[in-house]
Amino acid sequence: MTILFVCYKQQPAVSQESENMTSKEDGQDPRLPKIASSIRVIPDFPKPGIMFQDITTLLLDTEAFKDTIDIFVERYKGKGISVVAGVEARGFIFGPPIALAIGAKFVPMRKPKKLPGKVFSEEYSLEYGTDKIEMHVGAVEPGERAIIIDDLIATGGTLSAAIRLLERVGVKIVECACVIELPELKGRDKLGETPLFILVTSDAA
Amino acid sequence: MFAVENGLQGDPRLQAISDAIRVIPHFPKTGIMFQDITTLLLDPVAFKHVVDIFVDRYKHMNISLVAGVEARGFIFGPPIALAIGAKFIPLRKPGKLPGKVISEEYELEYGNDRLEMSMEAVKSQERALVIDDLVATGGTLSASINLLERAGAEVVECACVVGLPKFKGQCKLKGKPLYVLVEPSQLEEITF
Repeated sequence: MTILFVCYKQQPAVSQESENMTSKEDGQDPRLPKIASSIRVIPDFPKPGIMFQDITTLLLDTEAFKDTIDIFVERYKGKGISVVAGVEARGFIFGPPIALAIGAKFVPMRKPKKLPGKVFSEEYSLEYGTDKIEMHVGAVEPGERAIIIDDLIATGGTLSAAIRLLERVGVKIVECACVIELPELKGRDKLGETPLFILVTSDAA
Repeated sequence: MFAVENGLQGDPRLQAISDAIRVIPHFPKTGIMFQDITTLLLDPVAFKHVVDIFVDRYKHMNISLVAGVEARGFIFGPPIALAIGAKFIPLRKPGKLPGKVISEEYELEYGNDRLEMSMEAVKSQERALVIDDLVATGGTLSASINLLERAGAEVVECACVVGLPKFKGQCKLKGKPLYVLVEPSQLEEITF
């Protein structure tokens, strides 16, 4: 099992000639190694063969948690994003701080029967059977620009359902954002045209 | 104790917060006037007021842990934790947390439920805040206090956005103070 760091090109905050720019050629954000190492991997949870990516240890590292949120906020601030949709339950941890910092609404996307008002509902496949994700009617308006947040993308089932749910009501999803991707499970393929932004990749098993 | 009883009387932010909460009658069952905070989350100004009021109260209390009750406590807890430089600990329904957990049972109207916390999350003597969106019976918050105390933390206060009026004054939960922003919103009257 390895943890790799996502190398993404970040716009340098200062000019090329400045000494303050990261010296790494690949432009890797220097905050990423600490974020990656703060995530604990628990073998065989919730069942044998699964290497569970436990973000609760990231939440115990105040600097790593702050850096995680800062990276997302830097990416999405000032881009006309008015909706941050977070998938229950760990998306509820990362979404609101981002929403508050960029001045957007936070829209919880929930398991069935949790939301009290009238809802839109979208079904998605599980390994065995199906599940549903719900959002309140009236939470978003056609034409709004949204990002969808979850802690992790595995098979992409939940995120693709969230995309469909928002697109049905006329929202443009600018990007899906997760802390962790398990690339072997090819979740990215389920997202269609919607880009995916992640901080850390890991092995699924 | 409500915010209005402790220096925030007349603070317009409290009215804005109250106005932003939607009431859904008879959810999850007949007779319950459900306080829906999702509409508060759609109002970035009002949502920020909630966080700002809590942060102002707790930033100088030397709190190193914010424990949020699943799931709506996950929405309010992290922004507070980040702003005051504290750790965030999710208190979860059974079977969700990996690793070693401690578990506390609490009563529902019919039957019981359980709340779990990671055993390794808390260091002894840490000062903790418990956060949830609403306090009604106090059962969930009491279970949360028990979990944190069993792990060696000192619970400084429990904080909720909405609370029933019975929590006015010096009302305590298991000996711990409770801080609430607003009373339940009422259904708007429909005039014909």
